[in-house]
Amino acid sequence: MKRLMSLGIVASTVLAFASPVLAQTVFVSTQLRPIEEATIVREELLQDVGDVDYVVEEPPQFAVRMEAERQAGTRTVSLVGALHGELSPLADRDSLEPLDELAKKLAAGGMPQSLLDLGKLGKSTQQYIPWMQATYVMAAKKEALQYLPAGADVNALTYDQLIEWAKKMQEATGQPQIGFPAGPKGLMARYFQGYFYPSFTGGVVRTFQSADAAAGWEKLKALWAYVNPNSTNYDFMQEPLAAGEVMVAWDHVARLKNAISAAPDDYVVFPAPAGPKGRGYMPVVAGLAIPKGAPDKDGATKIIEHLAAPDVQLLTASRVGFFPTLNVKLPEDLDPGVALLAGAVTATQASKDALISLLPVGLGDKGGEFNKVYMDSFQRIVLQNEPVADVLKAQGQTLAKLMTDTKAPCWAPDAKSDGPCPVE
Amino acid sequence: MTNNRSWIPYLLILPSVAFLALLFIVPLVQTIWLAFSDNGVPSPANAQRMMADINFTRSIKNTFLLTIAVVPVQLAIALAMGTMVAKVGRGRETILWVWTIPLGISDLAAGLVWLSILQNSGYFNSLLLGLGVIGRQASWLSYQTPVALFFAIAVAEIWRGTAIVMVIIVAGLNQVPKEFREAAEIFGAGPWTRFWRITLPLIRPALQSALILRTVLAFEVFAVVYALGGRNFPVLVGEAYNWQNQNQNYGVAAAYAVLIMIISLAATLIYLKAIKVDPERLP
Amino acid sequence: MSAQTTSTANPAGFVSSRRWLLWSGIAALCAWVLVPIYLVALGALGGRQGVYQWPKTGLPTGISLDPFILFLKTEGVLQSFLNSLGAAGITVALSILLGAPAGYALARYNFHGKDSYRLLVLLTRAFPLAILALPLTVSFIKLGLYDTIIGVGLIHTVLALPFAALVTQGIFLGVPRELEEAAWVFGCTRVQAFFKIVAPLALPGIVATAVFAFVISWNEVFAASVLTVRNRTLTAYLLTVLSESPMHYRFAGGLMLILPSVIFIFAVRRYLFAIWGISSK
Repeated sequence: MKRLMSLGIVASTVLAFASPVLAQTVFVSTQLRPIEEATIVREELLQDVGDVDYVVEEPPQFAVRMEAERQAGTRTVSLVGALHGELSPLADRDSLEPLDELAKKLAAGGMPQSLLDLGKLGKSTQQYIPWMQATYVMAAKKEALQYLPAGADVNALTYDQLIEWAKKMQEATGQPQIGFPAGPKGLMARYFQGYFYPSFTGGVVRTFQSADAAAGWEKLKALWAYVNPNSTNYDFMQEPLAAGEVMVAWDHVARLKNAISAAPDDYVVFPAPAGPKGRGYMPVVAGLAIPKGAPDKDGATKIIEHLAAPDVQLLTASRVGFFPTLNVKLPEDLDPGVALLAGAVTATQASKDALISLLPVGLGDKGGEFNKVYMDSFQRIVLQNEPVADVLKAQGQTLAKLMTDTKAPCWAPDAKSDGPCPVE
Repeated sequence: MTNNRSWIPYLLILPSVAFLALLFIVPLVQTIWLAFSDNGVPSPANAQRMMADINFTRSIKNTFLLTIAVVPVQLAIALAMGTMVAKVGRGRETILWVWTIPLGISDLAAGLVWLSILQNSGYFNSLLLGLGVIGRQASWLSYQTPVALFFAIAVAEIWRGTAIVMVIIVAGLNQVPKEFREAAEIFGAGPWTRFWRITLPLIRPALQSALILRTVLAFEVFAVVYALGGRNFPVLVGEAYNWQNQNQNYGVAAAYAVLIMIISLAATLIYLKAIKVDPERLP
Repeated sequence: MSAQTTSTANPAGFVSSRRWLLWSGIAALCAWVLVPIYLVALGALGGRQGVYQWPKTGLPTGISLDPFILFLKTEGVLQSFLNSLGAAGITVALSILLGAPAGYALARYNFHGKDSYRLLVLLTRAFPLAILALPLTVSFIKLGLYDTIIGVGLIHTVLALPFAALVTQGIFLGVPRELEEAAWVFGCTRVQAFFKIVAPLALPGIVATAVFAFVISWNEVFAASVLTVRNRTLTAYLLTVLSESPMHYRFAGGLMLILPSVIFIFAVRRYLFAIWGISSK
C-alpha cells in the first residue's frame, strides 16, 4: 500500500506542480506553516530570490511525500526546510545532496562550526544547512511577578516554586493563570519530550515508566490544579496571553512572539522550570537541504545562500521569531519582543542545570503516534485522573512496540542504545 | 408501456449504477477489508487497537448522546416552524428563506460561528456579564466543563441541522390536503388533536425521510465538534480523521469507518421499521 | 375553554394576540438563525483587536473590510476557493448527467430491478458516504486521482447522485406524459420530444437540483481533506490551516464559507420545497 501511495502522490504532485509556471523552484517546508508566517516568508523573506513556490506541509505528510518521490525517482521538490529530526531519515536513505562547499562558505561567513556539524547528521558530508533556531520558553505578564514566592528567581524556577506561584496567582485573582498549548494543534507533546521527562527522569523513552516519571506526573497533577482548563483548547499561547485569559504560559518562541512583540513592556520571558534531574530544554534546529535529483539545484542553492545571509537571518528573527544560525549579534533596535525571547534562550542555555534534549529522530511517519503516547498518558493521568502506574505501564507497552517497529535508536538525553531504544 | 423497447430504462440507469458500483460498492468492500486485515491477512488487530484506544468508549458515548439530544429537538423546532409558517400569507417566502439559510452552511463554518460566540471573550460571556450573571469570563468549552461543552456542541448542531428537517417537514405539510383538517375541525377536534391525529400521521413519509437523513448526519458529526471542543470531545468520525491524518494509521481509521457504517445502517433500519410507510409512497 | 369565551367576547383582541404570538415566534426563530451569522461577521471584520476586546458590545464598532480583504489575499485562500468551485462544478455536471437519465427512467418506465435500484439509492442515503474517502485514497493514488480536484468531484458526486436521481424523478413525473406523447404524434422522435418538450419544462427543477449538488460539494469537509494534500478545497484548506491561525482569520474563513451558500439558497428558495416535497414522498 505504501508503494501505491507513493506512486499516487508522485503522479498527483507532478500534476499539481506541472500546472503552474514550470520555472518555479519548489520549496517545501514543515516550518513557518501558519498563514501569517507563511505569508511573511513568501512576501518578505523570499522576495528578491526569483520565482519560488513556498509550500508548507505538516510533518507526517512531508515524510510520506519525500519517501514517495525517492522511490519513484522523480523529484518535484528542489529545496526542503525541516527540523533536524525530520531531515535525518532522508539522510539515512541517502537522498540528500552533499552541501560541503556551501557549508565551507557559510563557516567563513560566521556560522558556528558546532552548528554546522549538526547538519552532517552523523555522516561525512554536509547533509543540511542550519537555517533557523528556536526553543521553548515561558512568558509571564509583569503583573504576575508580584505573586512570585519569596526567594524564587524567575530565571531559575523549580517546579515546586512554579506550583507555589500558580497557587498564589489563583488565590489572588480567583482564576487559574497558567496556560499550556495542549490543544489539537498545540505543541504540548514537545513539552513532555523535551521538558517534563528530561527534567524529572533524565530521559525520554528509556525512563518512560520509571519511578521518577511517576513522581513527575504527580507533580504535574499538582500543578494542573492551577492551570487554566481551557489549555486543552489552546494551540498558540500568544492568543490567551494577549486576551488576558492567562498570565503565565509555556510555548515555542515563535508561538509567543506576536503577543510579546505587540506589548514588550508588559512581559517577562524566562526559562522553563527545573526538576530533580535538571532543567530540560529542547533546542530546535531547522535546516535547509536539497534532495538528490532536485529539478532546480542551482535555484535551491541560491535560496539557501539568500536565507543564510546576515540581513535575511535578522529579518527572519524579527518577523517570525526564529533565531539566526549565523553568529550575528541581534541589534538593540531590532524588535524588543524578539530581544526578550532571545534573552530567555540565552538564560536557558547558560543555566547551571541545563539538560539538553533533542527532537525525536528516526521515527519516520510514526512521529504522530509517538506524540500520541505522551498526549494519551497526559489525558489519562492528568485530565481523567487514572492511576499513574497503570497508565504508564499500558502506554509504555505501546511506546516499546513503536520503538521496535521503527527501530529508532535512543537520542539525548537518553543513553545511546544498540538497536531500537528500549523502554526500561 | 413499451415491451419492444425494454432496454431503454436499463440504458438510462446504467451510467449511475456503474458509477455507484465503482465509487460506492467497491470502496465499501475495501473499507471492510482494510479494517479486518493486517498486512494482507485477515486479522482483528485493527479492531482491537481501536477498541483499546482511550478515546474509543468516550467517542461512542459522545456520538450517541449528541444524536439523542439533537435529533428530537431539531424535529420539534422544525414542526413548530412548519405550523407557524402555514399560518402566514405575505412574507412566507422570505421567512422560509431565512430559516433555510443554515442548510447551506457547512458544519465547519457552523463550528466557527459558535466559537465566536462561546469562546472566553466571546459574545455569550459579554451578554452574561452585561446581565450581571457572571463577574468575569467563564469558560464553556474546556474539559472541566463537559456538560457546558456538550450543550455548546448540541446548540451549534441544532442551529445548523434544523433547516434540512424543516424543509422536509414543510414540504410534507404542504402536501396534506386542506380538506382533512377542515373535516376534523367540523367534527370538533381541537388543535392538538388535529395535530396528533391528522397531521402527524399524514406526514409520516416526510418524518421518516427527515429522521433517517438527520440521524445519519448526526452520526457523521465532526467539524463542529473539532472547531468547538478540539480534543476535549472525541466523536467517532473525528477519531477516524485523527488516525488517518495525524497518526497515519489507515487500518484503525477504516475500523472506525466500518463501525460508523454499522451504526448508521442499524439506525436506518430501526426507523424504517418503527415508522411504517405505505410502500407505494417510498421513493 | 376560557380562551373560547374570550374569543366570543372580544374576537378582534383574541385574533390580534394570537397573531402577535405567531409573529414573535417567527421573529425569534429568524433571530436565532441570523444573529450568529451577524456576530461571526463582526468577528471577521473586527480584526485582531476586535477578537481581544472585552466585554464585547455586539455593535458594529471598529469594523472595516480590511481584515477580510487581507484574509482573501492570503496565499492559498483564492486557490482553494477556485478548487472548491472546480470540484463543485464537476459534482454538478456529473450528478445531473448521470442522475437525470436515471430519474427519467424511474419516472417513465416500469422495469425489472426498478425496486432494487431504488434500494441501492436508498442505501447510499443511509450510509455516511464521506467515510468511503478512506479506502478511496488508495484507489485514487493508483489512478493518479489523489490530490486532484477531479478526485474530489468524483466522491462528491457519490454524495449528490442519489439525491439528483430522486429529485429529477419527481420533476419528470411533474411533466405531463400527454405532452410528450402528443409530440410523438406530431412526428418527433423520442429524443427530439425529450429535448423540445420535456427538457424545457423540467429545466427550473434541474437547475435547482444543480444548485443543491453545488452546496453539497461546497460544504463537504471530510472526504475533501482526506483526498487532497496540496489542491485543497476551501473547507479542507480551512480545516487544516485555520487551526494554526489566529481567531480573526478563523472567523473570516467562516464568513467566507457562509456567504456563497446564503446566495445559493436565495437563488433556489422557490424550488426548495417543491423539490423536497417530491423526493421525500
